[in-house]
Amino acid sequence: MLLTALAALAAVTMCGCADREPLRPAPGDPAAGRVAIQRLQCGACHAIPGVTGARGQVGPPLDAYGRRVYIAGKLPQDPALLARWIADAPSLAPGTAMPKIEMTAAEARDMVAYLYRLR
Amino acid sequence: MKQGRIQSMLDPGSAAAALIHELGIWLYAGSGLVLVLVVALALYGAFSAPRKVAEKAWIVGGGIVFPAIVLAALLVYAIHVGHALSGPPARAADIEVVGKRWWWEVRYATGGGHAVLANELRIPVGKPLEIALSTDDVIHSFWVPALAGKVDMIPGRTNRIVVEAREPGIYRGQCAEFCGAQHAWMAFYVVALPEEEFRAWLARQAAPAAEPADAFLLRGRDAFLREACAACHTIRGTAAAGTLGPDLTHVGGRLSIGAGVLGSGAAALAAWIADPQHLKPGNLMPETKTLTGEDLRALASYLESLK
Repeated sequence: MLLTALAALAAVTMCGCADREPLRPAPGDPAAGRVAIQRLQCGACHAIPGVTGARGQVGPPLDAYGRRVYIAGKLPQDPALLARWIADAPSLAPGTAMPKIEMTAAEARDMVAYLYRLR
Repeated sequence: MKQGRIQSMLDPGSAAAALIHELGIWLYAGSGLVLVLVVALALYGAFSAPRKVAEKAWIVGGGIVFPAIVLAALLVYAIHVGHALSGPPARAADIEVVGKRWWWEVRYATGGGHAVLANELRIPVGKPLEIALSTDDVIHSFWVPALAGKVDMIPGRTNRIVVEAREPGIYRGQCAEFCGAQHAWMAFYVVALPEEEFRAWLARQAAPAAEPADAFLLRGRDAFLREACAACHTIRGTAAAGTLGPDLTHVGGRLSIGAGVLGSGAAALAAWIADPQHLKPGNLMPETKTLTGEDLRALASYLESLK
């Protein structure tokens, strides 16, 4: 009984967010997205579930991002638009504190896939 | 380019580190052997049939003669290694490193005029440099495991260490003496470059900061001078001449922000400027409360442009 409960608990806690179905369809590889989030240090400004050390408080926390209705409270939620926001936020909102960040188009797409799996 | 682990004494990148590694292997192997021997004897004693043994011989031999010989041999070996590590006789230091809570100020004395930077040293490959180590506050310890032994930085004293790298590469160092809340985030990098590249780098470090190349960067510099930044930071070539925090004249060319907390780039700089007390609680930098989002980006881009 105890063992079953422990196994169930382990299964629940070890299940990475990236394994689940996205709430919204998005092209891209969520596992690669997580690697890109780590590499680009998104966690310095954002709290992001499932990313080691991502506890930033400069920008909004991204937990349950898959349910978020607006991008940065401004733009309708859309994978292509979110990818553009991630790579070059100032081009969409000149007043934002979020900098333009050098990355490949694939990295931006993969990060969208990761964020859309956060529920 | 050196491959492999950048902060491991098991992967030596210099002659000095190789000597320490060799001494280490003798110690691990020797103490392992003695442990196995003693446990084997204890088990034999516990499970074999009782019989008379030469007590005195075992006590004198195993308890006095054997350790005396082993420890004396180790002492001679360790003293020999210590002498080899202390390097050439004292001369003027090439680099001064000052420990602070919790970062490292680095000043080049030779050929560099006023090259001052933080949390990063660059050295020419194959050329031993003498580093003077001191501290502004508490005891720190300067340790680059892949390149040299550790040497303490003690208030009121200047200690010395000779650092040399056999191959070009990036080596990570770490404060090795507990010095307060952010001791763990008191890291630095040693970058070994070919001699030519090193000279060019040092000349750039000694030069004042470049003028902003466009309006956005100019806006960033204005923000830097308008906000309280200049009270603590120096950017040579501008009016900013604070001395409490790191010299930022060429901060855009460094490998890390906050002594290892973040990597490089404008985004990391923006995060650090916006919220240093969350990223590294207790450090001296206050959080920024008055910058607009756009000014924050401009400021970070300006600092990133200072290569």
